[in-house]
Amino acid sequence: MRLSLNNFLGKSFLSFSFGRGAGGYLMIAPYLLHLVVFLGYPLVFAFVLVFHRWDIITPMEFAGLKNITRLIHDDLFFKALLNTGFFLSIHIPLQIFTALFFADLLNGKLKGQDFFRTIYFLPVVVSGVVVAILFSQLFAFENGYINGLIRALGGERIPWLVSPQWAMPSIAIIVTWKNVGFYIILFLAGMQNIPATLYEVAALEGASTWQRWTRVTIPLLNPTIVTVIVLSTIGGFSLFIEPYMLTGGGPLNSTLSAVLYIYNQAFYFNHMGYAAALGFAFACIIFIVVYLQKRFVMEDIY
Amino acid sequence: MKKIAAYTALVLGAFIFAYPFVWMLSASFKPEYEIGDMSLMSSNWTFASYQLVFSTIPLFSAFLNSIIVSLTVTGAVLFFGSMAAYSLAKLKWRGRDTVFNLILFTMMVPFMVLLIPLYTLVVKFGWTDSLVGLIVPFMMNATALLILRQSFLTIPTSLLEAARIDGCSEWRILRQIVWPLSIPALITAGIIVLTANWNQALWPIMVIRNEALMTMPQMVLLFTVGGGAQARLGPQLAAGILLALPIVVIYLIFQRRFISSMASSGLKG
Repeated sequence: MRLSLNNFLGKSFLSFSFGRGAGGYLMIAPYLLHLVVFLGYPLVFAFVLVFHRWDIITPMEFAGLKNITRLIHDDLFFKALLNTGFFLSIHIPLQIFTALFFADLLNGKLKGQDFFRTIYFLPVVVSGVVVAILFSQLFAFENGYINGLIRALGGERIPWLVSPQWAMPSIAIIVTWKNVGFYIILFLAGMQNIPATLYEVAALEGASTWQRWTRVTIPLLNPTIVTVIVLSTIGGFSLFIEPYMLTGGGPLNSTLSAVLYIYNQAFYFNHMGYAAALGFAFACIIFIVVYLQKRFVMEDIY
Repeated sequence: MKKIAAYTALVLGAFIFAYPFVWMLSASFKPEYEIGDMSLMSSNWTFASYQLVFSTIPLFSAFLNSIIVSLTVTGAVLFFGSMAAYSLAKLKWRGRDTVFNLILFTMMVPFMVLLIPLYTLVVKFGWTDSLVGLIVPFMMNATALLILRQSFLTIPTSLLEAARIDGCSEWRILRQIVWPLSIPALITAGIIVLTANWNQALWPIMVIRNEALMTMPQMVLLFTVGGGAQARLGPQLAAGILLALPIVVIYLIFQRRFISSMASSGLKG
């Protein structure tokens, strides 16, 4: 270890004149400054915006509670919420089961694990734009690959992205496909923390595979499962690229996501105040949902 | 026996996650009318799709923009983040723990709340249609901060004390002791920030209208959604492949690091 020599010339005022305390403040100052300017101020301004009408070009006008009343009566707001709920109801279970399945496989002493992990994680790394382009064609109704397969097997083509019933499920499948690799790795790490002795005891007591899962693996993976649920939920509310590129929020607003709605209000209609109100509303709902999830899922296992 | 079943399942999984990309690659080199075919092979390989992409959009300049933005952001996050992380981990000052808790708290704010006001702020600063607007708002990152702080905590304080006695300023300590000892954490945080920033599309769409300054994901997105591809499938796929290429190359080189980095970011959550 190279310790520097006495270096009176290079000694900055940080360590001597003001004492070590100043160094601490100074080093964290840029970060805190940035935090205040680019997080604190926007947060406060967002709150202010909620009570105003603004389209950026003309000056702001005070609007009292108009945005809030509008929100309460806004069908599209509730539609976006419903869509998100629908999305999550498919995405979360699919994600958990698939991730658990593959994590379990990778947990064994099989050769080539690195290879498989690399492949499974690949979609995570790639941009959402790429995945959207890919699936816009795989799920195409007329000549899409998936429908081609289905027809080859004798089935009927499915209107994946063009029907109000199938659009959100399609997006749920796509997003799950893209992110499973990440959760496989999370579960894998969790599983590897489970002492092998527990499984040995279970085997000695004649536990079936089902029991092995429900009595050992899942309870001990509980924290990871909660993390997966919470991260997926936040992701579900933040959905943007897929609906924006694949369906534009349709058909019939069936894929209108929270962020997409905010974006549209802000950039197509220039309703900055209302967009800010929407942002807060959705954020509050996220908080509540995540809180409930943490309480509910934790209790469930015990 | 069980092993055969396990391997089959693993291979099936690999197929599910890799085949779409393989298909995408092959279809991007096929003539338009063959893209609907199920087979991966073609007797008429062509560069036409790629040619259309390059003749329609300035993809290379978008690539450069993405590089400038992502590298600058990553550099800034690591630099300012390690300063802050060092301060939080190894320096004692009044209010330190309160500030740390405050930072943790700020991680909970969903980006969608900040989206609009941050945009208006950037407009007010005159940073629209400028790379500055893409860089500055993201120069600090709490996740990176946590990762770095976690790593700095493990450095023996005695080492730092010895350096201080020798007259080292905190700056030199950071540069010459802390950083060399924290390379894994720096790489981990760097990968997370680099990937997230490179793939970011929503923010550039909002802030940049000038084609010369667009980032790569933004350009490809607008190409496919905005009709630049003239409703042809081949060029869209080609653009997608080109967009994926840089990150995939880096990913394949740094596989293990990549995977463990991004997984550890999930564990922090």
